[in-house]
Amino acid sequence: MLFAKSKPSLIVVIATLLVFSLVVTVLSEGYGTGVLSTSFIKTLGKTLCLCLAALAMDLVWGYAGILSLGHMAFFALGGYMIGMWLMYARTAEIVTTALAGGGLPATPAEIQDGITSQIFGVVGTSELPFIWGFAHSFPLQMLLVVLVPGLLALCFGWLAFRARVTGVYLSILTQAMTLALALYLFQNDSGLRGNNGLSGLQNLPGLSSTSQDSLSIWFFWASAAALGLAYLLISWVVSGKFGSVIRAIRDDEARVRFLGYSVEGYKLFVFILTAVICALAGALYYPQAGIINPAELAPTASIYLAVWVAIGGRGRLYGAIIGAAFVSLLSSWFTGGRAPSIPLVFGTLNWVDWWQVLLGLSFVLVTLFAPKGIGGLFDSLAGLHSPNRRGAPLGPNDGSLQEKEALK
Amino acid sequence: MTALLEVSGACVSFDGFRAINNLTFTIGPQELRAIIGPNGAGKSTFMDIVTGKTRPDSGSVMFGEKSTSLLKLSEAQIARIGVGRKFQRPTVFEDQTVTENLTLALKAARCPWRVLIWRKARADVARIADLAAQVGLADHLARKAGELSHGQKQWLEIAMLLAQEPRLLLVDEPAAGMTPAEREHTTALLVDIAKTRAVVVVEHDMEFVRRLNCKVTVLHEGAVLAEGSLDHVTKNQQVIDVYLGRGE
Ligand SMILES: Nc1ncnc2c1ncn2[C@@H]1O[C@H](COP(=O)(O)OP(=O)(O)O)[C@@H](O)[C@H]1O
Ligand SMILES: [Mg+2]
Repeated sequence: MLFAKSKPSLIVVIATLLVFSLVVTVLSEGYGTGVLSTSFIKTLGKTLCLCLAALAMDLVWGYAGILSLGHMAFFALGGYMIGMWLMYARTAEIVTTALAGGGLPATPAEIQDGITSQIFGVVGTSELPFIWGFAHSFPLQMLLVVLVPGLLALCFGWLAFRARVTGVYLSILTQAMTLALALYLFQNDSGLRGNNGLSGLQNLPGLSSTSQDSLSIWFFWASAAALGLAYLLISWVVSGKFGSVIRAIRDDEARVRFLGYSVEGYKLFVFILTAVICALAGALYYPQAGIINPAELAPTASIYLAVWVAIGGRGRLYGAIIGAAFVSLLSSWFTGGRAPSIPLVFGTLNWVDWWQVLLGLSFVLVTLFAPKGIGGLFDSLAGLHSPNRRGAPLGPNDGSLQEKEALK
Repeated sequence: MTALLEVSGACVSFDGFRAINNLTFTIGPQELRAIIGPNGAGKSTFMDIVTGKTRPDSGSVMFGEKSTSLLKLSEAQIARIGVGRKFQRPTVFEDQTVTENLTLALKAARCPWRVLIWRKARADVARIADLAAQVGLADHLARKAGELSHGQKQWLEIAMLLAQEPRLLLVDEPAAGMTPAEREHTTALLVDIAKTRAVVVVEHDMEFVRRLNCKVTVLHEGAVLAEGSLDHVTKNQQVIDVYLGRGE
C-alpha cells in the first residue's frame, strides 16, 4: 500500500501494538502463564481506550487547532449508552431466573417490573424512563453509542463554530458543556440513576459462565483492535489534502476562507468525527471499569486528556498514544498507593496527594521547554529537525530567517 | 461590455468613522485596474467589502453575468464563485510545503467529503509544477513556505491565486518587500494575467503603476477622487493636492 509506505511510523505503531497484545495475552491469567493479574489486564485495556481518546484529541486539537476541553463528555456518554444495555440485559437475566424459581414462568409485565425495581429502586423511580426504550437491544443501543454523542457534537459545534467562537472562548464553552452534562446526570430524575451511575458493567449478558480472566483479554484485544483501526483511519484522514486543510485552518483560518473552504464545515466534521471516536473508546472502556457515574464527566477529565496529548506531543499521532499511555499508567501507579511515600523533614511526601502537583508541574515544564512533547524526542532521534521559529521576522532582505535563528 | 464587478453607493463606518463613503466602482471581465491613494484612503477596506470580510452599511456589490449580490454570501462562497485575493502581508501557510500550499489553492471541490477522498492526479502535479515555474519557485516545491524569502512568499501567494483560477483578482500591494528585478517580473505577470481575467492592483509605488499601463482609480477618504489614465489623474489638481502634493 502506497499510503503505508509513505508513513513509516504507521507500520511501527501497528507492529508494536500487535506484539504488545500478544505478549500481554501470553502473560495473562485467562490465556497464559498468569504473570499479569486480571485486574492489571483490565488496567492495560482501559489504557488502550484512553490512548484512543487521546488520538481523537490530537486530531481535533493538534491538527485542527480546536482546543476542546469537553471530549471526555463524549467518552462518558458512549460509556453510558453501552452501560444501559449491559445493565438492562444482565438485570433481565437475573430477574427472569429469580421469577422462574417460583415454578410458573413469569409474564413479560412481571419481568419488566422486576427489572425496573432492580435498576431504579435506588433512585425511587417505579417506571422505566423513556430513554431506556432501546436498552433491551444491543444493536439499537450500540447505534445510540454513536448517535447521542454525535448529535450532541453536531448541535454544540454548529452553534459554536457558526458564531465563530475560537480559542480560549471555545475551550471555556466546551468545559461548560461537560460540566452542565455532569450536573444534569447527577440528578436522580435524569433517568440514569443520578450519582449512583451504572454498575456491574463488567458482566456480559449471556456470558455468566465466562470468567473475568477470559473476558478481560477479549476486551483488551477489542481495545487494541479499535486503537489500531482508529490509528489507520486518522493517519489516512490527516495524510492527504484534508489534513492540509485542517492544519491550514489551525494556522490561519481567515486565509483558508478566502481560498473557498468553509472553515465551519471542516471544524464541524472534525469535531463530530472525534466525538464519535471518543464515544466508541468510552463504550470499550466502561465494561472494563465496571462502573460509570457522572463524576466521569468532570471538567478535569477533559483537561487531563489535553495534558496527555501535550506531554506526548501534539500534531503527531503516535505522540498522543505515548502521552496517554505513559501519563495514565504512571498516574494509576502513583494514585494506587503502590508508590512508596517519601519521609521528609517536615512530614511525609504522600504520592496520592502530590502526584497531581507533579503532573501539573511536568505539564508546565513540557510546554515551556519541550513544546513537541515526548514525541518530539523520537523526531530528534530520527534526525528530523526543524528550526525553532520563535521571534520576529527579520524583513525582506534576510529572507526566511527569524530573529533567533539568525543570531546563531 | 458588461461589468464583472459593480460596487455602487457602498458605505462603511468603523465606530462612526467613515472608512468608505458612497463608493462606486466598476470593472470589466478582462481588465487591469490600479487603485492608488494615500494611506488610510480605504483601499484595503474596499477589498474587504468585495471579499465578504467586511459588510457595508449600505450600497450594493454585484458580480458576474447574473449579477449575483455578494452581500449575502460568506467569504468562502465568494471565493468559490471566482474572487481571489492577495493580502497586503504575504499570508501563506508557513508550516506546509510550497506544493501543499499550491494544492490547497488548486481549483477543485471544496466540501469536506470530496476533499477527504481527493487524490492528486497527474494533471494536478503538472499544473502545480507549471504554476511554480511561472513564479520562479520550481526549485522550491518541497521546501516549507516559511523558509522562503519575503519576495518568494509574495510570489507563492500570487501562484496560489492563479491556482484558484478566479475571474476577479484583488491584489493588495504586491510589490512590497520585492527587489526592483522582482517588481518588474511581477508587473509583467500581472499584465499577462489580466488578459484573461479582471485584476485590481493596489499599489503605492508610482513606477510600478506606470509599468502596469492601465486605467487608474484614485481613492481619497473612502470615495473615488479621479479615474483615468495615470497621466490624466496626475494632472488633476485635486489629486495633486491630496496625494501627490505631499511628496509621495
Ligand atoms: N477594522 C477596522 N476598525 C476600525 N478602523 C478601521 C478598520 N479597518 C480599517 N479602518 C480604518 O479605515 C481607514 C481605511 O483603512 P484601509 O482600508 O486599511 O486604508 P488603506 O487605503 O491604507 O488600505 C483607516 O483610517 C483605518 O484606520
Ligand atoms: Mg492597505
